[in-house]
Amino acid sequence: MTKSTPDTNDVQDPDRRDFIVVATYAMGAIGAAAVVWPLIDQLNPAADTLALANTEVDISKIAEGQSITVKWRGKPVFVRHRTADEIARATTSNDDALRDPQLDDARVQRPELLVVIGVCTHLGCVPLGQKTGEVRGDYDGWFCPCHGSHYDTSGRIRKGPAPTNLEVPPYTFLSDSVIRIG
Amino acid sequence: MSADKFSNPVVRWIDHRLPVFSMLDHEKYDYPVPKNLNYMWNFGVLAGLALAIMMATGIVLAMSYTAHVDYAFNSVERIMRDVNHGWLIRYIHMNTASFFFIVVYIHIMRGLYYGSYKAPRELLWILGVVIFLLMMATAFMGYVLPWGQMSFWGATVITNLFSAIPLVGDSIVTLLWGGFSVDNPTLTRFFSLHYLLPFVIAGVVVLHIVALHRFGSNNPIGIDAKGPQDTISFHPYYTLKDMVGIAMFLLLLAVAVFFFPNAMGHPDNYIPANPMQTPAHIVPEWYFLPFYAILRAVPDKLGGVLMMFGAIAVLFVLPWLDRSPVRSARFRPVFRIFFWLLIIDAVLLGYLGAKPAEGIYVILSRLATAWYFLHFLVILPLLGMFETTKPLPKSISEPVLATAKGA
Repeated sequence: MTKSTPDTNDVQDPDRRDFIVVATYAMGAIGAAAVVWPLIDQLNPAADTLALANTEVDISKIAEGQSITVKWRGKPVFVRHRTADEIARATTSNDDALRDPQLDDARVQRPELLVVIGVCTHLGCVPLGQKTGEVRGDYDGWFCPCHGSHYDTSGRIRKGPAPTNLEVPPYTFLSDSVIRIG
Repeated sequence: MSADKFSNPVVRWIDHRLPVFSMLDHEKYDYPVPKNLNYMWNFGVLAGLALAIMMATGIVLAMSYTAHVDYAFNSVERIMRDVNHGWLIRYIHMNTASFFFIVVYIHIMRGLYYGSYKAPRELLWILGVVIFLLMMATAFMGYVLPWGQMSFWGATVITNLFSAIPLVGDSIVTLLWGGFSVDNPTLTRFFSLHYLLPFVIAGVVVLHIVALHRFGSNNPIGIDAKGPQDTISFHPYYTLKDMVGIAMFLLLLAVAVFFFPNAMGHPDNYIPANPMQTPAHIVPEWYFLPFYAILRAVPDKLGGVLMMFGAIAVLFVLPWLDRSPVRSARFRPVFRIFFWLLIIDAVLLGYLGAKPAEGIYVILSRLATAWYFLHFLVILPLLGMFETTKPLPKSISEPVLATAKGA
């Protein structure tokens, strides 16, 4: 056993050997990290997934008071053509003690069109309120059936466990009748 | 082994309750290894490394692969084009498969040359042949997954081998296919088994190592270590020697992956599978070519299949065919000549397997096949009886010290 361990007595400067050992391990660690990175990065969205990150929506067919749901990045996006009453309720309730204070103006590009991601900010369920006859909650916006979050006509959280307002996705008006989400 | 040999208190705490560090330490320092091993003894570790690379890249590939006849080919192309680093991961998987076989073939040659299959290492050898068979099955099913022309027709030909079995052959083939031709059920079950078998291989590798550590490694002069003067500890001596081999292996693998990724594949496999048309010239992956040549050399369906499987089966009984008490070919001058003839014969069979089955190639295939079996079934037993071997050194140290004095 003793004879088979490297003899360190004749090493003139043991620090030099330490340096070589540390440098070797460091190079090994860098190499291992370089090998592991592609194996981890492949979990990220692939090029074809990223290519599908835009959705164009024809908004001319949405009548006042009507909502449609479109799919963007695998998630539902609510597009609601709000009535004058709904806009009024959204803008007048700005002063209330909101959990996630935000002006309605900051959430829309044109007052009549509200675009929000239809995913409850609590734990990811899709809130009700898109179809006629569905529960819309106490504030006439959306109601999440999973854990009882109420959203108003601006998609802001008013009551229930969700911490933040429904997210507004990036979108642009390509024309008066078409928006592109993403 | 007391737990206090570890300075790290966390290691000491764990080792007292779960002695994994003691076990590692035991393998690293206490396991005696003959001190005269040459670089041919690197290839076991390299095979283990190849298996690890195959499993790591394979698990990742399975995340983006779709086992369905309508999607398999395109999902592989999506891996190549769209998945982040997918081309790299797939090329590593493809090329490491070939390198795995290169390494294992050298590992087997090492065993044949130095008589590593002889008593008391017969079971160690047999477990190795089992691993080899499992590797072949895994590689074959993996080659089917991209669902290209070679995948499809390779699967068709290889599964049809079983139809040669008298009486039940056709039923067995239907069972393998899950239908009346190679189709979606075949693909999905091959994918399942291709994922499973590497773990079975890993299990047999553990047994292979347990059997190895019972008597330790054989060595180039093939005599047993007589005591501590003939051995050194595995770490740091052979860990470092293995690192040299690993560095070379990874270097060559990188050259293949980055510069010749498709050199060991077949271009026809980039054509989607078409059950209506067989490619003009179908060949298996290069590592199956010697066995494929044996299959085609026999002008009888059942006979060809039996000879092909027999070429591997003969390896199982090798420890009892070669009765010479001397292990290493260094001291067996006649055996050494026949060993190299066998290697030439195997390479020739590989070459013939890639050639069309016509004319001179058929005749040469038959001669080479005959020689292969002649070597194992006639020459080796006779050599064991009649060969005059050279005198063996008294110990592993003796020739080493003699060389040192001479130099």
